[in-house]
Amino acid sequence: MRRIAAITRNPVAVALVAMLAIAGCAGKNTPNNAADLGLGGGAGAATPGSSQDFTVNVGDRIFFDTDSTLIRADAQQTLARQAQWLNRYGSYSITVEGHADERGTREYNLALGARRAAAARDFLVSQGVAANRIRTISYGKERPVAVCDDISCWSQNRRSVTVLGGAGS
Amino acid sequence: MKHKLTAFFSIGLVAAGIALAAVQPARAQLEIDITQGVVEPMPIAITDFVSSGTQGAEIAAVVAADLQRSGLFKPIEKGAFIEKISNPDAAPRFNDWTVINAQALVTGRVTQEADGRLRAEFRLWDTFAGQQLIGEQFFANPSNWRRVAHIIADAIYERLTGEKGYFDTRIVYVDESGPKNARVKRLAIMDQDGANHRTLTDGRAIVMTPRFSPNRQEITYMSYEGSQPQVYLLQIETGQRELVGNFPGMTFAPRFSPDGQKVIMSLMREDGNSNIYTMDLRSRNTTRLTSSNSIDTSPSYSPDGSRIVFTSDRGGRPHIYTMGADGSNPQRISFGDGTYSTPVWSPRGDLIAFTKQTAGQFQIGVMRTDGSGERILSSGRLQEGPTWAPNGRVIMFFREDGGGSGPKLFSVDLTGRNEQAIPTPNFGSDPAWSPLLD
Repeated sequence: MRRIAAITRNPVAVALVAMLAIAGCAGKNTPNNAADLGLGGGAGAATPGSSQDFTVNVGDRIFFDTDSTLIRADAQQTLARQAQWLNRYGSYSITVEGHADERGTREYNLALGARRAAAARDFLVSQGVAANRIRTISYGKERPVAVCDDISCWSQNRRSVTVLGGAGS
Repeated sequence: MKHKLTAFFSIGLVAAGIALAAVQPARAQLEIDITQGVVEPMPIAITDFVSSGTQGAEIAAVVAADLQRSGLFKPIEKGAFIEKISNPDAAPRFNDWTVINAQALVTGRVTQEADGRLRAEFRLWDTFAGQQLIGEQFFANPSNWRRVAHIIADAIYERLTGEKGYFDTRIVYVDESGPKNARVKRLAIMDQDGANHRTLTDGRAIVMTPRFSPNRQEITYMSYEGSQPQVYLLQIETGQRELVGNFPGMTFAPRFSPDGQKVIMSLMREDGNSNIYTMDLRSRNTTRLTSSNSIDTSPSYSPDGSRIVFTSDRGGRPHIYTMGADGSNPQRISFGDGTYSTPVWSPRGDLIAFTKQTAGQFQIGVMRTDGSGERILSSGRLQEGPTWAPNGRVIMFFREDGGGSGPKLFSVDLTGRNEQAIPTPNFGSDPAWSPLLD
């Protein structure tokens, strides 16, 4: 218990220890749309087989209904295009990110994002993409792309994003 | 007081009873009945402790602020005081205090010992009965002066309400800064009143849902620093961190068991569903408690460790369930409109706090452990994450209003009438209240 007294007396020293211990663990920072990748050019500018080609010409993301993990018809088309492209360019490893909107509590939305990522992954696998190329990660409601208070935002944030060459399997 | 005495020694504080020969301590009638729904705050005069510098006024201000925020006390403006306390060893002129309707009076003195320690003495008086209710003194490192003030406030609260206080406690939470779509999140810790704030992580990895161990020395939380978001332990004093378990997928929603021996959490399955597991921190053995094809998350133990409350959407939408600590006999207990999540068992064992979403609103509420007696304490656009004060009378949570701002911390008591903003330097979310320090 003497240690409590120590921490109270010398908070600066303790904080420094904490910072040092954490230094060196890089945070993950995955770009998840064309803007994040610094893409300004038109669709035709992307080199076939490049990540720009995938993001701009194929479409890297699909959207979900509220509280749903069902792959909608429009999303199925996007994922089918993704699978076709991924089957052609077989060297990429893939990370499927699952996201939720803010209309849910944090822990449940982490689980919901995980389910969405798994649903998108399963669809890609059903279209012939090797399962061992794909990892999934959930961001829950931590990384919204659209920031506002209404339905138009929430619908953009309920998404899964297929990221090429993510941290790899 | 025996328990508290031990406690004071352990942190370098020393408490001793002090009594006036002339005024015998006696059982008095002065008491706030907090079992009733509506409580009229008790008018109380908290005088500046006699001291050579400003320390006496500073301690009195911390005591007054604690008691005021509880909603049970109404500190009287110092300008109304008639008697100026210059000798705290003498009985006050009770008439001077009853005439301004001060039902209770706090007097005290702060001095510095020859060895450098701070010495703080205080007395609590029942002015209408003309009696001393408490007299104690503490010796502490001067840097602990705020803790001394919180301990005095806890003693006053306990003497006048009959229940343990909660002022000598800390909050761990997530400090949030930067734009909403690129939020930087750091673990941070502070006293329950916002003082002594410091951050515990550097913000490079997203962190969330910190929770205290029963001994208050460790935090379990979830972080994105590895290849998968996973549950970690952090030693508050040393900054030492450790991954909890070696699971293949995302682990999240951690909490300690009441004995501190286990962490209970969710593990994401390969199929995207999530189940509840425990990991024994000594043996490292993991035990699976649920296996439904659904999302099972946000587990929280009953204080005796025999039951677990959690969120599941096994019935279609998120609702609250309870089960035995071994996963036996899961039963749904929430049946109202909307969805229910983030259940947290009260430290008193009698209630479960939760977040409810209904009609486009987020609500913080409580229900009995069988799901009956639901009461909503607070509603807002976006609010969640209740955590209990150790006495089970106050809940802290976070709320985000519209307009592109960020989340902030609030507390509300069980009456739902006393809501207070908790000051933080940046935005704040995911608060967790420590047990009482001792």
